[in-house]
Amino acid sequence: MESYFSILFTEVYKIFFLLVPVLVSVAMIVWLDRRVWAFVQKRRGPNVVGPFGLLQSLADALKYIFKEIIIPASSNKLVFVLAPVVTMTLALISWAVIPFGEGFVLADINVGILYLFAVSSLGVYGIIMGGWASNSKYPFLGAIRSAAQMVSYEVSIGVIIINVLLCVGSLNLSDIVMAQQNLWFVIPLFPMFVIFFISALAETNRPPFDLPEAEAELVAGYQTEYSGMMYAMFWLGEYANILLMCAMGSVLFLGGWLTPIDIFPFNAIPGPFWLIFKILFLFILFALVKATVPRYRYDQLMKLGWKIFLPFSLFYVVLTSSFLLYFDLLPGK
Amino acid sequence: MIAHSVFFYFFSLIAIISAVMVTVSKNTVHSVFFLILDFISISCLFIMIGAEFLGMIMLIVYVGAVAVLFLFVVMMLNVAEQKGQWFSSRWDGGTHIPIGLLVSLIIFFELIIVIGGWKYKPDLLNSLSVNISSDVTNTRSIGNVLYTDYILLFQISGMILLVAMIGAIVLTYRERAGVKRQSYVKQISRERDEGVDLVDVEKNKGVKIDA
Repeated sequence: MESYFSILFTEVYKIFFLLVPVLVSVAMIVWLDRRVWAFVQKRRGPNVVGPFGLLQSLADALKYIFKEIIIPASSNKLVFVLAPVVTMTLALISWAVIPFGEGFVLADINVGILYLFAVSSLGVYGIIMGGWASNSKYPFLGAIRSAAQMVSYEVSIGVIIINVLLCVGSLNLSDIVMAQQNLWFVIPLFPMFVIFFISALAETNRPPFDLPEAEAELVAGYQTEYSGMMYAMFWLGEYANILLMCAMGSVLFLGGWLTPIDIFPFNAIPGPFWLIFKILFLFILFALVKATVPRYRYDQLMKLGWKIFLPFSLFYVVLTSSFLLYFDLLPGK
Repeated sequence: MIAHSVFFYFFSLIAIISAVMVTVSKNTVHSVFFLILDFISISCLFIMIGAEFLGMIMLIVYVGAVAVLFLFVVMMLNVAEQKGQWFSSRWDGGTHIPIGLLVSLIIFFELIIVIGGWKYKPDLLNSLSVNISSDVTNTRSIGNVLYTDYILLFQISGMILLVAMIGAIVLTYRERAGVKRQSYVKQISRERDEGVDLVDVEKNKGVKIDA
């Protein structure tokens, strides 16, 4: 019993030291997103609170905490309150399997990539619950749109993951990174990387696929009825999911914690920093896309997911597997 | 070991309670939410016995896709209203209840057989032709038998699913007349002389321009 509690204590301690940096970086990433967006449009962006406006997100969070939480009278109250909690929890639990370095991971499970995929496919429930429980037209439309969108793009993300797994021969995320020691998968699987990036945009409801919260048509989509800290939780969950997708992209394609070139000034930098650089690189790409691309129409979105991405990534699975089979490169024999 | 059994009873209790709540709760959407909770706790139980692949697939397929479609149907079709009608005397649209009873009876007998067969579990484990080794991850061992010994069954089940999918599409497809579709190729390859059309319009007649 004694040892059990000590194990529990060390695990809680580790989880705490994983989650606090993640939450702080989510706050910082919101600031970065707004800054990049502003620079593309030749504005200043948030630059008042703190040096370079770095503390803007903290000020926003403080504002949200002191705002009143309004629960609509005709809403389904329990589900209404649960929805942001579900979004936030699901956005945070997936960080457990992201490897920051060799052996530097909270839970080194055999089916790490499946776990990530499963948790990201659960993410749709926070949105559906919020939209349904609000008992109002715009949130419901937003929720239905978002559910259809996320289910569609999950399919192509799944097939892309199969491409990577064919080259690795293991579902463990650390093994996936170690398999890229000689060659990052972004080079042989470059088309898959592009499709993964676009699907990640759709999966996290980012522009140009932000139809669930298209402000011109649906006010704020599924978040319309939310206020105060509950709105902020949706918002934090969304950004935590974006960061997670960037982390997933860097683990699957950009070699996780590995250095780009294994020579002196590069390999002196510890692995976790490389992972953070890669996540930031992908995130800045996300922000640039947000600043430059107009929103898709809904039928175009569905067409892109089902008629272009899915057949193309399936074709690439056949291509990758036949290539590996022909040149006898199949791993794990 | 204590922790293990605590977790086991915790998850199984949630699984059983939510399974009961699926059938008991008045609100159909709540039923689906309880069904999701049931799936999640069952996948936790799978993970606890070391079948992590099955647990994750359960989450991805049932919770991530099937239950979302359930929710869709329940939210869009107003099943709750119909459910109220089935048990009222005014309802005269066929009888679902006998079929439902038949299906539940069959499931009940199947459950009895499964629970009765529990006694023969050690014999079964001894007589299995597949040797189970614990040092191979279960993803790999499932893959090893699924794509070699059972490839035919695997392919046949895939075919059945494909046929079912095509059947569903054929049943629900209806061609709508007068729908204008966007064709990128047509839009891009438009030239000036196709786009501009000079028409002499007669007075008080008008002309129909619709290409």
